[in-house]
Amino acid sequence: MTLIEEIHSTTPIHRETDAGGLRGLRVRGLHKVLGGRTIIDNLDLTVRDGELVSLLGPSGCGKTTTLRMIAGFLAPDAGSIQVHDREVSDLGAEKRPSAMVFQNYALWPHMTVQNNVGFPLKLRRLGKKEIEQRVDAVLALVNLLHHKNSRPARISGGEQQRVALARALVQEPELLLLDEPLSNLDAKLRVKVREDIREIQQRLGITTLIVTHDQEEAISMSDRIAVMNAGKIEQFSRPAELYSRPETEFVATFIGSLNRIEGALVNGVIVPGDDVVGIRPEDVVFTLHASFDARPAVVERVVPHGHFHEIYLKRDDATLRAFASGLPPAPGDRGHASIQNALTFRQGRLVTTTRVTA
Amino acid sequence: MTMITKRARKSAARLNFSRPLSGLFCVLMVVFILGPLAWLGIRAFAESWTFPNLGPDGWTLRWWSVVLGDETLGRAVQNSLALAALTVLVSACICLPAAYAFARYEFWGRRTFLIGLFALNAFPKMGLYVTIASLFYALNLMSTVLGVLIVHVLGTVVFMTWIPAAAFAAVPRSLEEAARDAGASKLRVFFSVTFPLALPGILVAAVMSFLASFDEAQGSYLIGAPDIMTMPTQMYTLVLNYPNQVAAVFSILLAIPSVALLLAAHKHIVGGTLAEGFQIK
Ligand SMILES: Nc1ncnc2c1ncn2[C@@H]1O[C@H](COP(=O)(O)OP(=O)(O)OP(=O)(O)O)[C@@H](O)[C@H]1O
Ligand SMILES: [Mg+2]
Repeated sequence: MTLIEEIHSTTPIHRETDAGGLRGLRVRGLHKVLGGRTIIDNLDLTVRDGELVSLLGPSGCGKTTTLRMIAGFLAPDAGSIQVHDREVSDLGAEKRPSAMVFQNYALWPHMTVQNNVGFPLKLRRLGKKEIEQRVDAVLALVNLLHHKNSRPARISGGEQQRVALARALVQEPELLLLDEPLSNLDAKLRVKVREDIREIQQRLGITTLIVTHDQEEAISMSDRIAVMNAGKIEQFSRPAELYSRPETEFVATFIGSLNRIEGALVNGVIVPGDDVVGIRPEDVVFTLHASFDARPAVVERVVPHGHFHEIYLKRDDATLRAFASGLPPAPGDRGHASIQNALTFRQGRLVTTTRVTA
Repeated sequence: MTMITKRARKSAARLNFSRPLSGLFCVLMVVFILGPLAWLGIRAFAESWTFPNLGPDGWTLRWWSVVLGDETLGRAVQNSLALAALTVLVSACICLPAAYAFARYEFWGRRTFLIGLFALNAFPKMGLYVTIASLFYALNLMSTVLGVLIVHVLGTVVFMTWIPAAAFAAVPRSLEEAARDAGASKLRVFFSVTFPLALPGILVAAVMSFLASFDEAQGSYLIGAPDIMTMPTQMYTLVLNYPNQVAAVFSILLAIPSVALLLAAHKHIVGGTLAEGFQIK
């Protein structure tokens, strides 16, 4: 039995549900032209109070540019930026209630860890004692009290990252901005630090915007993800929804993996057509024995990925990629492949999701 | 097989050949650099040194007493030190802001200015000084401290602009942005982040400017003599009136401040805390 859901997607690409109050970050109509090219195109973005939002997109889509405008290092050509209901777009970076963690950490090499973290407080003319207390507290939070008197050059990359985070947190910002905060760390450390960041963010309830091009990072950390492409936000929703119900073809191909086939899906078979059918590899099921609405398939190629395998299956209507765990089939094996779920896109927009149920 | 051994033998041969060659090169370097210094050192204590003899005819401290007994010398030393310090100060005040602008801002004529600074040094110095002198006559600046100071500052502009400009440019912008983000005004960013990080480069420029001013003779002589005498200009006078052993003594005296300054700067720039900051990018 095939169940087809129609989606009437006349609604705007990203839905926003402002939770009543205007705390958090609210960006409206942000626009920036650089070198004659429109880099940021009329962008809207809302981060609710205490929420962690990731700005996710491919290289060059304008993530850093957006973040730098929010932080105040770059003046937008048009648009408004509000932090906790206060317009900040006319303020310099030093007057904004946001604090930023830089991609390269940007720690001052001539100051100790303690002085790096204490510098923002020194600028606020706090007393020596209070500065020391607050620095100690935040260094304890990021687990770095023992490196208080070290120079940034003498500590590891992960520790430098935490100092940068501490320097931002000590300002008690209304908005925390992070630009690719984990990209300079090795794979293992990245997982640990992102958990640390998420844990601290939730504990302090701090409104946070993170720029990243790593979808795994975004999916694992964020309350919501704004997928960005060519200066626009394509979709803004919860991580799970982004994956199961991508609103555009771009989002579907960018998040996770996708079999992209031109045509239409009719009764589990691809037939020629003008639309685009997208099928997640995990929704392609390969069995050796025949089953309901499965079609004969030949294994063309098997690519190991560690804990699972990627299998290229040739059917008479299309070649499909499938994920399989356990013992993989060998190239040349014959069996049957069925499609369990599919997304149909017309002119780049999602029109139907198809669920095949036995 | 044979190819490999042949190649191995060839490289071994090259090694055998290059070792004595580099040794010879080192000896030549030592002779070239230390030879004149040794000669100077011996000369300063020599009674006299007649041609066919390998060593001096006798030893004496007479030349030292001649030089040190000259009461004009004390004044010349004071003049030189004060003038060099003042030159560095004035030059820094004029050139450091320019260096910062060259490093951080794009403006019309930026490249022309930078190249022009080199052109200033490429000119034959004497020609420049003669032109300046005729101008200074008109402005009544001949034989004045200000006149000599201007000439000295002119000679240091290239160091004080190019080296600090490179040092400022090497300070990562994100470090300045991080300070702005932390709440620092532009001025505060400069004094808390940019300046301390560019300081080693600025110190190098200051030392070079100090030495350039300290050694400057042509312009000082033309503009300042005989009223304002510095060590190098005093040396002209002494050398003309005394046997050339006096010149040797004077050269050694002239070198002392330079060497002392270089040693002090070396400690700070290469080995000290300033270098430490540069391990991080
Ligand atoms: N000053 C500039 N002049 C002209 N073009 C610029 C300028 N700054 C950025 N761009 C362009 O704007 C686009 C977006 O840049 P941005 O740095 O925001 O990308 P990004 O999404 O952060 O990419 P990445 O993931 O690689 O960091 C790029 O195509 C870049 O070439
Ligand atoms: Mg970027």
